[in-house]
Amino acid sequence: MRHARIDRWSRLDSPVHRLHPVAKVLAALGMLVAVATMTKPVLHLVAVYFAMLGVCVLAARLPVVRMLTGAAVVLPFACAIGVVSILSGDPNRAIMLLVRSYLSSLTALLLVASTPLSELLGGLDRLGAPAFLLQVMQFLYRYLMVLREEASAMRDAAASRAGSVRILEFKKAAGAAGVLFARAHTRASAIHRAMVARGFDGRMPTFRPTPLLLSDAIFAAAAVCAVVAARLALK
Amino acid sequence: MSPIVQVRGLRYAYEDGTEALKGIDFELQPGETVALLGANGSGKTTFALHLNGLLRATSGTIAIDGLELRESNLKEIRRRVGLVFQDSDNQLFMPTVLEDVAFAPLAAGINSTAALAKAWLALEQVGMAHKAGKAPWHLSAGEKKRVAIAGILAEEPKILVLDEPTTFLDPPGQRGLAELLSSLPQAKILITHDVPFAARLAEVAVFFQEGRIAAKDTIPTIVRQFDW
Amino acid sequence: MHIPDGFLSARVWVPLDLAAAPAVAWLGRRAQRDFDHHRIPLMGVMGAFIFAAQMINFPVGNGTSGHLVGGALLSFTLGPAAASIVMTAILAIQALIFQDGGLLALGANVFNMAIAGVLAGYLPYLLLKGRKYGIFLGGVLSLLVSAILALVELALSGVPMPRAVLTVSVALFVVSAVVEGAITVAVVGALEKIQPGFLRRPAANGGSARIALALAASVLACAGVFVASQHPDGLERFAQKTGIWSNAKSVVHSPLADYQMAGGHWIGRSIAGLLGIGIVYLVCRVATRALSQRPGEGS
Repeated sequence: MRHARIDRWSRLDSPVHRLHPVAKVLAALGMLVAVATMTKPVLHLVAVYFAMLGVCVLAARLPVVRMLTGAAVVLPFACAIGVVSILSGDPNRAIMLLVRSYLSSLTALLLVASTPLSELLGGLDRLGAPAFLLQVMQFLYRYLMVLREEASAMRDAAASRAGSVRILEFKKAAGAAGVLFARAHTRASAIHRAMVARGFDGRMPTFRPTPLLLSDAIFAAAAVCAVVAARLALK
Repeated sequence: MSPIVQVRGLRYAYEDGTEALKGIDFELQPGETVALLGANGSGKTTFALHLNGLLRATSGTIAIDGLELRESNLKEIRRRVGLVFQDSDNQLFMPTVLEDVAFAPLAAGINSTAALAKAWLALEQVGMAHKAGKAPWHLSAGEKKRVAIAGILAEEPKILVLDEPTTFLDPPGQRGLAELLSSLPQAKILITHDVPFAARLAEVAVFFQEGRIAAKDTIPTIVRQFDW
Repeated sequence: MHIPDGFLSARVWVPLDLAAAPAVAWLGRRAQRDFDHHRIPLMGVMGAFIFAAQMINFPVGNGTSGHLVGGALLSFTLGPAAASIVMTAILAIQALIFQDGGLLALGANVFNMAIAGVLAGYLPYLLLKGRKYGIFLGGVLSLLVSAILALVELALSGVPMPRAVLTVSVALFVVSAVVEGAITVAVVGALEKIQPGFLRRPAANGGSARIALALAASVLACAGVFVASQHPDGLERFAQKTGIWSNAKSVVHSPLADYQMAGGHWIGRSIAGLLGIGIVYLVCRVATRALSQRPGEGS
């Protein structure tokens, strides 16, 4: 499971993991913007960015090969559009699509693989993202696994009776989705009941946010400046 | 000694008019453990939800440690009565164990440092402090139950109400849970179908039948009387 | 349909991020007003449901199968505002955890699928008062509008769209849209059997009318842009004639891309670039905060 793996990675310990989520979000955004605005394939620049991300992956003690392959999930789509670009006589664009999408994907993966989602959401909260949305995301993430397990249990049950998953007819599939929906609904009420029983009054409590240290600020500033400077110096 | 839970003439009907509770009288002494036995749908869980004010009785009174349950003191009642639900997944809704256990103290408006201290204490009490940073879905069923209990203990309740606590637990998990529960000083109400488990923790049981308490006696007597 | 980072040009993703942030804040406020406070777990669990429902295969013949996307279904059961928020949460989790869709492109994806897609799905349901073909049309439209918008944004970013590719993609979109419509009808049918109370009857109030109007306007605008993008010369000529292009360029383009303002030196341009990012962020944050607060409530 991809998200169980990322969740495990995000709870490792390293200098990168210990950085404040706000600092990491800002650094990642800097990298993303710089990458997104690259228009010409400049080998030096791509190499510098790749090296920067690589250093962070190593410093975060993340498995290098699996990170590199994990970021490659964007490549099929990028390749498809890349082929179209080459066919329409624009190989530069094809290369840029591949480079930009891969570097961006690696940046995003590095961010979530070195920051537990709850802390990341806390960081986004401090950066002004709507709290309500973040809370919905938190619940979504928490119950992702639970509901997927229910769905696969239902699929197994259906398959053991029908002999095969593929024999499920359209209507039966809809019935399964309906039952899953009803169960999700029931679960949501049960969760709400458990929350109320423990004193929930409509506001999600949060820990007092961890303070942004000087080292975090220096990291964020240095990362963003390095990224932007490289982008503008290597043309 | 005055009872810590005192329920008189409790009646409850669903919106469609079906009566789920038809006049319950119940008492629990401080430190006492009582098992609630009875068939599915006999009203055990419905009764438990009333103790915490999650359902509002059609008539009758509930007093927790001398405080009568009213709309105005729901918060205090909910702090005094800790409800441990059957499905731990519904109870552990926060992203990590520590945040979950700290939920109730934080919701009560205690500052984070004090809330964290309470959470750590509760986790140590149930032997789960080493899993504080874990996400709930990484835990086994037995561990989830312990964390759910820690989340309740962090409220420092006077009464624990446990709904089918042995569901999903393997035999070692059940034994461990029984040991944990018997080490906790609070008065306990134990809803269960598991008679041996009930017998390890409680002397006395009340038997629910169609929304009424049909009998209150020692567990062996109840088992014999109702062929349970 | 999830656009990854690296495909959109800055003049597409910047305005869409800028527009999506306050829109989501506003929708969040609306969703909070419509629900009592069990909304947060309900909406989160419903988002998880959509993820899980994608494991269910709907056979569509020839051994292939379709999957529920769910924007329309959510809008029928939670109402459009809450559905938008749930879809936004889904897209954000997909972008963060699954690298499915980009982070800078999140504004575009949210606009396509969580805002326009959800509203487009809700509109027929609202206008046809929850009748069966309204439900079907809702499923079809939600997917079609999202897909066409994504296509338009890619085209505006200069991704080449030869006629053959365009024809094939549109054909694919139409097929998946019809499949989504059929799945939505079937699931709604199943829900009605399980518990009729799950569906929210479309309420005929002013809010819905405003939503319908806003939606119709945005769909029209998109259709216009799409047609225009097929004839880029015509668009450019029109823009030059009216002077819109140069104005739009200076408004939209300058904070990020027009580094010339600080001279030619790269340090100066770096500072200008950072300033641009800072301004974009501030605008987003101020708009988001302003729109996500109820009147008379502090942060």
